[in-house]
Amino acid sequence: MNWIVQHLWLIPALPLLAAGLTALAKQRHRKFAASLSIGSMIGSLILSCLAFKDALQHSGAGEVSRQYLNFKWFQFGDQWLKLGWVLDPLTAVMLAMVCFVGLLIFIYSVGYMSHDENFTRFFCFLSLFAAAMLGVVIANNLLLLFICWELVGLTSYLLIGFWYHKPSAAAAAKKAFITTRVGDLAFLLGIAWLYSQAGTLTFYDHGQGCLEKDGITKLVAQATAGGMAVSTGIALLIFCGAIGKSGQMPLHVWLPDAMEGPAPVSALIHAATMVAAGVFLVARVYPLMSGSPGGIPSGTAALQVVTWVGAITAVFAATIAVAQTDIKRILAYSTVSQLGFMMLGLGVGGIAVGMFHLITHAFFKALLFMGAGSVIHGCHDEQDIRRMGGLRKFMPLTFATYAVGMMALSGVPILFSGFWSKDEILHSAHAWKISHWPFYLAVFGALLTAFYMTRQVLLVFFGDYRIALGRITRTEQYSLEHAGVPAEEHPQSELAGAPHESPPSMTGPLVVLAVCSVILGFIGTPLWPWFQSFLTGEHLRFDGHALAKPDVLFTMILSVVVVTIGVGLGYWLYGRKPVATAEEADVLEAIQPEVFTLLRRKYYFDEAYDWAFVGLNRWWAKACDWLDSWVWNGLVQLCAYVVVGISWVNRVIDEYVVNLSFDEVCRRVAGGGNLLSRLQDGRVQRYLRIIGIALTGLVLVLIWGCRS
Amino acid sequence: MTAGFAILALLTVASAVAAMTLRNLVHCALALAVAFAGLAAIYLQLSAQFVGFAQILVYVGAVAILIVFAILLTRSGEPVAGSVFSGSWIAGVGIAAAVFAVLTAMIRSSRGLARRIPEPPQAAVRDIGDQMMSQYVLPLEVVGLLLTAALIGAVLIAMREKDRP
Amino acid sequence: MTPLSGYLILSAMLFAIGLAGALIRRNAIMVLVGIEVMLNAANLNFIAFWRYGHNPQALTGVMFVIFSIAVAAAEAAVGLALIISIYRHYKTTDVEKINSMKG
Repeated sequence: MNWIVQHLWLIPALPLLAAGLTALAKQRHRKFAASLSIGSMIGSLILSCLAFKDALQHSGAGEVSRQYLNFKWFQFGDQWLKLGWVLDPLTAVMLAMVCFVGLLIFIYSVGYMSHDENFTRFFCFLSLFAAAMLGVVIANNLLLLFICWELVGLTSYLLIGFWYHKPSAAAAAKKAFITTRVGDLAFLLGIAWLYSQAGTLTFYDHGQGCLEKDGITKLVAQATAGGMAVSTGIALLIFCGAIGKSGQMPLHVWLPDAMEGPAPVSALIHAATMVAAGVFLVARVYPLMSGSPGGIPSGTAALQVVTWVGAITAVFAATIAVAQTDIKRILAYSTVSQLGFMMLGLGVGGIAVGMFHLITHAFFKALLFMGAGSVIHGCHDEQDIRRMGGLRKFMPLTFATYAVGMMALSGVPILFSGFWSKDEILHSAHAWKISHWPFYLAVFGALLTAFYMTRQVLLVFFGDYRIALGRITRTEQYSLEHAGVPAEEHPQSELAGAPHESPPSMTGPLVVLAVCSVILGFIGTPLWPWFQSFLTGEHLRFDGHALAKPDVLFTMILSVVVVTIGVGLGYWLYGRKPVATAEEADVLEAIQPEVFTLLRRKYYFDEAYDWAFVGLNRWWAKACDWLDSWVWNGLVQLCAYVVVGISWVNRVIDEYVVNLSFDEVCRRVAGGGNLLSRLQDGRVQRYLRIIGIALTGLVLVLIWGCRS
Repeated sequence: MTAGFAILALLTVASAVAAMTLRNLVHCALALAVAFAGLAAIYLQLSAQFVGFAQILVYVGAVAILIVFAILLTRSGEPVAGSVFSGSWIAGVGIAAAVFAVLTAMIRSSRGLARRIPEPPQAAVRDIGDQMMSQYVLPLEVVGLLLTAALIGAVLIAMREKDRP
Repeated sequence: MTPLSGYLILSAMLFAIGLAGALIRRNAIMVLVGIEVMLNAANLNFIAFWRYGHNPQALTGVMFVIFSIAVAAAEAAVGLALIISIYRHYKTTDVEKINSMKG
């Protein structure tokens, strides 16, 4: 057991410590908070790199190498609950990605949140989130993973609702928490079931873990009442947790609303880390899903469900993204769609396929979100793309990096990482024996991805700026009015209100991420599949003829064609004649208004949920309120009346019976005394008289007594 | 029932009644003295000579005079307005009559009274003295104590309280 | 000779008269007078029984009466002293008026 594996717990502990210390600091200690958080992330990054190096050294032996450390936590009965952490290739890549992207986002936040007065609180929550996410990654025990999972949910609630005085933000945070909670409920049931069947929740424990060979075979062998294998049942329940956290259908509704949070939050949580946690979870418990200890896909029911859910989500979210007008909301739906792709990849291709897309997606989606944040910051908090345009003149660096991200997401070939990772997914989907429909759906989704990203880029960065220059923005207007300047005297200069480029603290990370979006693609190409071999333990070899294989070539050419069609369609609709004014209707809306409205309103999912679940909740709350105020209240009142009645009876008894009797006795005694005292009045003649009478009486008694 | 006894009895009873009913208290006191004298004569008739003389010495000579002194000191000799009898004198008379009736009934119905009249006993003063010094010496001493106490007590009670300056 | 019962009836009569007087008269001194008469009646009873008793040599009756006379004298002295003291306090010898112990 080498040093890094023993001290793997330091990786989440450093940000946790930073969060704790920052929580104690006051709001004005900005430099302290920021430097503490960034410093802790740097520390975690260094440790993650050490862990990665260690995992590299132990890999390549033909099977996946895992090193873990378990310790006993507490004992109940004669069983011990063990917790621990594991270092295997999956952990290593996730650690590196989370720490690296997290560090970049932390640095970005320094610039983005510099005007916010709750700067310190933001960094406290960010550090806490990072700690929780890293805890999820290294956990070797399903219970520990669940604990950190819930912590991730909590911190995402805190971060989404960061501007809590905005009612929409508070509502969004609540929605996120509750929706993921629904998934977590099933997750918890899965945990309980697994514990009852397997007797342990530890993943890898010297052959006794629930994911190791003995555990898996036992779980696969047992069958539930419906003929389903126990492992499949548990896997499906755990997958429900992943559905909630990763925003798959039908629990996707929270993710677009979560854009109420600041842009770094969106980048961190909804691009790189939290939503990836769901995918990571599926990858972690893949032996349960596939029914075999390795990471190889099989045709189990659980994996089929994962595949279908992913495929449907991918297309569903992509269609909605086509009709959105908020720059971050387009990216949010895009995230949902890409997560669907990842789930699809996990289902058909195994751990390596899904995780490859997760890693590349983390980088270019974070890049896109941060770029969107830069755009918003530069346009003075404007988020509607209809009110933007021509921004490449004002923000060249942002435009360049954003374009790189967009091309990576769309899957523009060769240079960009998204192409290679998405290609792997398409390849595996094509090779799936059970059905070809996921493949068709994935292809359609890729087309839509290219289309809507092109639309967004054209509307935001090309054409002319649709807001009249010389007029100040709303925020500036409000601040001037607040200062007491009347409307006629507001400045009307030429450049007032013009968008501007963001400061280097914001554009620096953009550049770094853009570079990564390009480079990372090359670690997983069919020519040299280092990433796949690292994760699955297969032997790595450079295969020069890999690209020439017919199925590989087929999917590559197909994806190139799809991207071209998507980009071309976008350009044809939006690029030839740029949109002139902000109020002009969207081109698609003009063509098909009903369909467009349906997509714009997200298939009325929110309305349906509101009517069904929220309405049910409201009705139930009303029923409970009625019950409480009439039934329970009535009972309580009844009890109160009974008690009052008893006390009244008590009082009556006390007053009339006890008091009166007592008083009567006292009065009688006093009266008797009064009477008796009349005998003692000092009138001697009366005494004498009584003596005389008594004497007479006594003598008579004696006479008669003697006589008889 | 001899004539002497009858006369003496009548005298005693009459003077006793007079002592009880006369209006003027001094007259009552004098009537009382006559009653005591009558009783003394009856004692003489009963051969209790010492007792008879003692009766005259003590009762007539001291007690009656004492009563007269008391009447004088309490100004009871002055004429009283209203009745000298208390309000419910009938009850008192009734009670006295009842007592008398009972006693008489007892006396009459008793069979233990001796019919035979014995000889008059000899109660010489020497015998009385002998008895007093031998058998009844304790009561004698106690009576001496009693008389002393009564003397001191009477003086104390009747003494005029010192006026506080 | 007069039988014993005659003396006894005389004594009873005197006793009744004395009792009546003690009960009737308003003046405290007269109450005492009545008591003296009662005492004398009792003395007469003692002497009568001694005279007509079966052991006159013991002189029991005589001794009793002697002591009774002595005690009666003492008692009359103390009682009259009390009455004088009461007279000084209440300015009256009417027993009906000396009733501040009432009720």
